[in-house]
Amino acid sequence: MKTVIFRTIAPVLVAIMVVFSVFVLLRGHNEPGGGFIGGLIAASAVALYGIAVGVEEVRKALRVDPLAIAGFGVLLSSLSGLVSIAYQVPFLTGLWTIFHFENTEIAVSSPMFFDIGVYFAVLGTLAAVALALEEDEDQK
Amino acid sequence: MIEFALSALIGLFFAVSIYLILSKAIIRMLLGITILGNGVNLLIFTLGRITREVPPIVPDGLLQPATTTANPLPQALILTAIVIGFALFTFLLVLGYRAYQELDADNTDNMRLAEPENAPRPPLSY
Amino acid sequence: MATTEETQAIMESLPPAMLEKATAAADWVIILPVAIALVCGALLLMLRNSRGTQAVFAALSVIAILVCEVDLFIRVLETGPQAMTMGNWLPPFGISFTVDMIGVLFAIGASFVTLVVIIYFQAEIVAREVRNGFYSLIMLLLAGVTGAFMTGDLFNLYVWFEVMLIASFGLLIIGGRKMQLDAAIKYGFLNFLATTFFLIGLGYLYGMLGTLNMADISLTAPNAPVGPITAVAALFLLAFGMKAAAFPVNAWLPASYHTPDPAISALFGGLLTKVGAYALLRTLLLLLPGSREVLDPVITGIAVFTLILAPLGALAQTNLRRAVGFLVIGGIGAVFAGLAVPSLRGVAGGTFYAFHSMLTMTALYLVAGLVERMTQATDTRFMGGVYQFNSPVSIMFILLVFAAAGLPPFLGFWPKLLIVEAGLGMQDWLIVSAVLINSLLTSIAGTRLWAHIFWRSGREGDEAEVFNDRLRPLTVIENRASLTAAVSLVAVIMVLGLWPNLIFESVRIAASDLLQPERYVSATGLEVTP
Repeated sequence: MKTVIFRTIAPVLVAIMVVFSVFVLLRGHNEPGGGFIGGLIAASAVALYGIAVGVEEVRKALRVDPLAIAGFGVLLSSLSGLVSIAYQVPFLTGLWTIFHFENTEIAVSSPMFFDIGVYFAVLGTLAAVALALEEDEDQK
Repeated sequence: MIEFALSALIGLFFAVSIYLILSKAIIRMLLGITILGNGVNLLIFTLGRITREVPPIVPDGLLQPATTTANPLPQALILTAIVIGFALFTFLLVLGYRAYQELDADNTDNMRLAEPENAPRPPLSY
Repeated sequence: MATTEETQAIMESLPPAMLEKATAAADWVIILPVAIALVCGALLLMLRNSRGTQAVFAALSVIAILVCEVDLFIRVLETGPQAMTMGNWLPPFGISFTVDMIGVLFAIGASFVTLVVIIYFQAEIVAREVRNGFYSLIMLLLAGVTGAFMTGDLFNLYVWFEVMLIASFGLLIIGGRKMQLDAAIKYGFLNFLATTFFLIGLGYLYGMLGTLNMADISLTAPNAPVGPITAVAALFLLAFGMKAAAFPVNAWLPASYHTPDPAISALFGGLLTKVGAYALLRTLLLLLPGSREVLDPVITGIAVFTLILAPLGALAQTNLRRAVGFLVIGGIGAVFAGLAVPSLRGVAGGTFYAFHSMLTMTALYLVAGLVERMTQATDTRFMGGVYQFNSPVSIMFILLVFAAAGLPPFLGFWPKLLIVEAGLGMQDWLIVSAVLINSLLTSIAGTRLWAHIFWRSGREGDEAEVFNDRLRPLTVIENRASLTAAVSLVAVIMVLGLWPNLIFESVRIAASDLLQPERYVSATGLEVTP
């Protein structure tokens, strides 16, 4: 698969996919989208890059182990549930604050961080699986 | 009426998946398990009562939905089941692939490492 | 836009959905065991490749979990079941965590066993990545197991089953020997199938009752038609029976439990099947007691066959850890026997047996691991002379065999006594005789293993009288970590066997809450309707 055309176009495609995955993640609260589907898109970007340039390159580009990303996701999700201990409400209660910046309202909430955690968990797990499968292809 | 069609489809899914799971080839069993998972998701979807209603979203300015809405819970259950089923499927896929490489076997009859075929007879002393 | 008065009117016409009163920080002990395990597992997964003292971190987290659970145990003992519903919703809308006596008792057992296994594992000589992967997976497994014991929502139970399943997959193939791959495929497929059966039952139950909250199910299930709800109960029986490795769906257990590292075998033997047993007790007694009566002949049959065939399987094995695997299955038979005679005593006996089996089976696997290290063999035909070589290990093994067989005054005796008493009370001679035959056969299988490994001087065959010269003494670290861990677990089993009053009291409360769900339901926050 390491053709010149694919290798040239892959970084652009991967960049677009990653940006799109973040877009899908952030619009997920009230509209179709969310952490799971965003993470899937990001993981397919990683897999695509692996097909184009080889697994070693991807691991170098990611800098951290994919499973560590998954661990970070689970950690972020659990912590976003634990925040509510300070507000005397049960585990995983949605907490909201709204920042005003110029004319825009920026809503920051614990469900959002939970969703970001899901995003990283899905991205990490599926990237690890995809890279493990692609690694075997490379060795042949 | 759509319930009857969906029930028939679920039955078909179950039949196909049971046929595939009874196979000896790991990859077929894997496909069978996946189809079974999809059949179950469809089952939960059908059991949650199928209505041609709007999504369960409260419009701006109201405190409750204006009309009857679809039941959101089966969808949440199915989404969770899909995610979990997907995770287990990928894991079993990697496992099956590794087994194919290392044990050189896609046939479960040839996979007798953990339970040797000609197991030793039980010790006769004592 | 609605006016203020209109808003007010609508608000008052709706039933309340959200919790109004504040949650005290002390109530967080209900969720903390699972939360700590998840956070710790995630952190360890992130730091998988770094140097450092991950074992200490994991052990400290388990101790923190244990402290929370003991606090919870005391609260349950004093005031009854405790509940917290996630996300500030009112039950049955939110996912409830409802902790009653059986849940917290099993959770304490699980955390304690995990702590012992972490200490035992210190002596294993494995690569650093493997070691660190072990700690993160073990914490995720504990999170899954604890979540399953504590949740009050049936779908949430399914999710915790899957968390547990994924973590146990990882643990089973850690190290990556070919035999483990083979075992993991069989274990994986059959357990995945079992949880799918559970999901099918769950879907039907939701379709019929429209609720998944356990307390709510126990209220609404008696009004549902008997036929369909019994079909659901039968699906649960099949799914959890597979999970618990009851005869005839036990094939995955002897095929997989002997392949990973002994420490991991011990953890599996202590935790995984017990979650299936717990789910059976929970669903068939608390949720669908009417269907249990219809299924009673099936449950009795499963109990009798499991009780009698499992020790026979152990007798036929030459592989030490596979033989122990059959003893684990025999214990599940005793839990089924408790389920088949559902008086207060019978259920208390089944609960007690599952708790006892959690500790005893882990200890048996740990001792088997020590034996394997000393003899450098997995097959009992190539073992021998260990009594002369290391008598403490041999004493532990025989004590555990007696405990597993249920001879007085060891821990396994009390639950079997309860079950036999319940069986006599209900004139269920089949169950009574099966339990007694199981004790006899388990003693024969266990003592025979002991005779082969410890009593006989050499290996099987012509050299049986010659002292086995291939024994390797335990290293300093093995003595310090593994032997200490095993000895302390055996000591706890002995102490609990000699002074079982606290456990008796707990399982009595657990059984009465399972048989009369009023306290469980009102703790969740639902109205009990007569």
